[in-house]
Amino acid sequence: MEPLSWTGSIAFLNPILLIALAALIVSIVIWIIGSIILPEAPMTVNADGTISSGSGLRGLTQSALRYSFFACVALSLAYILLGIFMGTGAGIIGAISQQFLPVWLSLIILFAMSIAFKRRLGLYGKLFDSPIGMIGFGLVMFWVFTGIFGALDLIVTHDPLVQVSGMKNKVPGTPLPSPEEGEYAWYLLGGDNLARDVFSRMVKGAWIVVQIAPLATMFAFMVGITLGLPAGYYGGRLDTFLSFLANLILAFPVILLFYLLVTPEIVATGVPNYMAAVLFVFPILFIGVLLNSRYYTRPKFRTPLLIGVLGIALWLYLSLISTGGYIINTDDYRIWGLPTYLDLFDIPGGILVVFVSVVFVNSPTVFRIVRGLAMDIKTRDYVAAAQTRGEGPWYIMLWEILPNARGPLIVDFCLRIGYTTILLGTLGFFGLGLPPESPDWGSTINEGRKLLSIYLHPALPPALALLSLVLGLNLLADGLREESLKD
Amino acid sequence: MGLFILRRFGVMLLTALCLTFVVFFLTNLYPNLEKLAKTQGNQRMSDEQVETWLENRGYLQPTLVKYGQWLGVMPGFTKTLEDGTFVGTCTRPGSTEETTPRFCGVLQGDWGYSTVFKDEVGSIVSKRLGNTGYLMFWVLVLMVPSALLVGVLAGMREGSALDRSLSTFSIITTATPEYVSGVIFIAIFTSSTVGLKWFKGTATQAMDNPTFENFFLPVLTIALYGMGYIARMTRASMTEVMTAQYIRTARLKGVSFGNIVLKHALRNALIAPFTVIMLQFPWLLNGVVIVETLFNYKGFGWALVQAAGNNDIQLLLAISVVSVFVVLVTQLISDIGYVYLNPRIRIS
Repeated sequence: MEPLSWTGSIAFLNPILLIALAALIVSIVIWIIGSIILPEAPMTVNADGTISSGSGLRGLTQSALRYSFFACVALSLAYILLGIFMGTGAGIIGAISQQFLPVWLSLIILFAMSIAFKRRLGLYGKLFDSPIGMIGFGLVMFWVFTGIFGALDLIVTHDPLVQVSGMKNKVPGTPLPSPEEGEYAWYLLGGDNLARDVFSRMVKGAWIVVQIAPLATMFAFMVGITLGLPAGYYGGRLDTFLSFLANLILAFPVILLFYLLVTPEIVATGVPNYMAAVLFVFPILFIGVLLNSRYYTRPKFRTPLLIGVLGIALWLYLSLISTGGYIINTDDYRIWGLPTYLDLFDIPGGILVVFVSVVFVNSPTVFRIVRGLAMDIKTRDYVAAAQTRGEGPWYIMLWEILPNARGPLIVDFCLRIGYTTILLGTLGFFGLGLPPESPDWGSTINEGRKLLSIYLHPALPPALALLSLVLGLNLLADGLREESLKD
Repeated sequence: MGLFILRRFGVMLLTALCLTFVVFFLTNLYPNLEKLAKTQGNQRMSDEQVETWLENRGYLQPTLVKYGQWLGVMPGFTKTLEDGTFVGTCTRPGSTEETTPRFCGVLQGDWGYSTVFKDEVGSIVSKRLGNTGYLMFWVLVLMVPSALLVGVLAGMREGSALDRSLSTFSIITTATPEYVSGVIFIAIFTSSTVGLKWFKGTATQAMDNPTFENFFLPVLTIALYGMGYIARMTRASMTEVMTAQYIRTARLKGVSFGNIVLKHALRNALIAPFTVIMLQFPWLLNGVVIVETLFNYKGFGWALVQAAGNNDIQLLLAISVVSVFVVLVTQLISDIGYVYLNPRIRIS
């Protein structure tokens, strides 16, 4: 097998792309300078009272920017399309875009459906009016689909944990020395220090982030909302106490907290299990209070509903916190949990401690935001109206205040998933929590950085992946903020 | 005002006590002590040997007693072993029963003895803090002016080309954590494969002999992540000020745009970023830990990683006290400074 070059037989596109990129950069610079130096476009008032503006020199710079941008996008699409059809014939880029085929298809379907029905989809549909939001959403969904399909073994070319002899630190596009039947014949992004496939590890790493980050953020929001609403609504002693606790956690440098919590020694003491047992109660409390406050006037409907929902939630809770029949299983003592035949899923100790500490770090900030919003909204007229109607405090908090605070909370949710991704990367970077051979991005960056001055390829793909995912989440949050302000 | 500061100091003290107790509790859990015993004594100690080792050094007393000893409100633990050696929490290598003080805690100004570095914790922390202080100074010198400049330029004409490109820039920097930007910078500017050998990939020499070549990349890496956030806050504050009534009045009077920005808007627009910069310190502390590990610069963050990795209890406690102190003091400064900068707010 021949080693692959970056672009293979579509190398004729490279000079065109270079020209287009150069044009884009030059036109951006001219556009910025032009916006300062050039005069504004001349305006003329027509006879019927309307104003029309000519394009002027500024318009010229703007259209130059637009065309060069479109040229770059079209060329990138050409690379991907040609790659999909030609595969390894189009070099590494072609092979990678062919491997990502399921992701491209899902993205196209998702965007086509969303744009077609965007008027009926509320805030989500409005996202497709803002180009920034669309770019961000595209980046995020790219990694979400990559994670899902990667977990289904559709995209990866090799097992991310298997070492192939002779592939140590090999550059991107190196063929395997003796590929077996049905095995992919190249390491597309090269091999790492232990001769594993960098590309497959990057794809598998996406799944770890996509699994943990949104779920951990959601739990942090449940905790923050359940504690922040009463703190903001009631105020007084409760508020002072809870705020002190939140400030206490916030005063800890995050990394010190991680170093104290996420070590094998601490896992052995069962502290993370206790924390999980406490933190995971909050979602159940939240759901219970949410439903009870809404339907308590209709006991015949409420009681079966609460029994059903809370029963399932409790079952999930118990199977989440108990592993192998025990809630806490240390050398000295044990606490019985759900028997194994009822246990739906087991979470390995390493993942659980990472999850718990990320929730623990995030919830005080959410608490502060929710508390501030609740303090602001409780003075509104509709809250006073609900109080006059005789509604209970929890109904007012959860069904009057919370829905009206959703805008800032949704935006913060997106930003916070990005922050959680960064935290997960930090944990991996310091080798905490996840097993050392785990393909998550932080650990891979940490491994790759040691040889960075000689071999670039093991560290750069996960770094760029993490960067693009967090960037996508930030852009998505920006787009959402812009669109929700338009209401 | 005086009462306010006094109350804040009270809360600060309480927070510091709670936090150090949490750190104390977590580092004194038995598996952590076992690890300490094995790294200090012998890797192949049996369980009984570990227990006697810990017992002899006073690690198995109740946590509250040990915490009291660390604070200096309880007399230190002492014991004479069977072979005649004198051990205890207050002893140092070479000290005898007579030269050992009865109390040795934070209140006596004794921060303890580091088991990793075999040195007084106080001197280690001050030396490492000096290194980090130098790094932080240059980070602030680079970060604050450029962030304010980016924010003001972006915010003075909302929606203009300059605004859009600078806002994109600041979003990208906030989305790039230090361990990503650091790796990218090292790859581009120091690696032999790319060929741009402009900087050094490590800052090890920068502790004795900081030069632009070995010190700029760590500074840039920390500054860049914090910069985007400050710039976005400055931009938000600037756009708000630029829509204010008095700016419109100035414009209608015929004041030139440059004068409006520099003389009328800027001072009011810089109040909010001041608090943001102050509250950015805890984040910078995180960045310092990552960057010092990445560039092998032996400062405060590097000491934190070493102390936490080896369960060096007293060094870790001193480090957490210092970092909590930094966080709380910057919060206090931001509150007080906000009142000074904005005369409309009074603290009763």
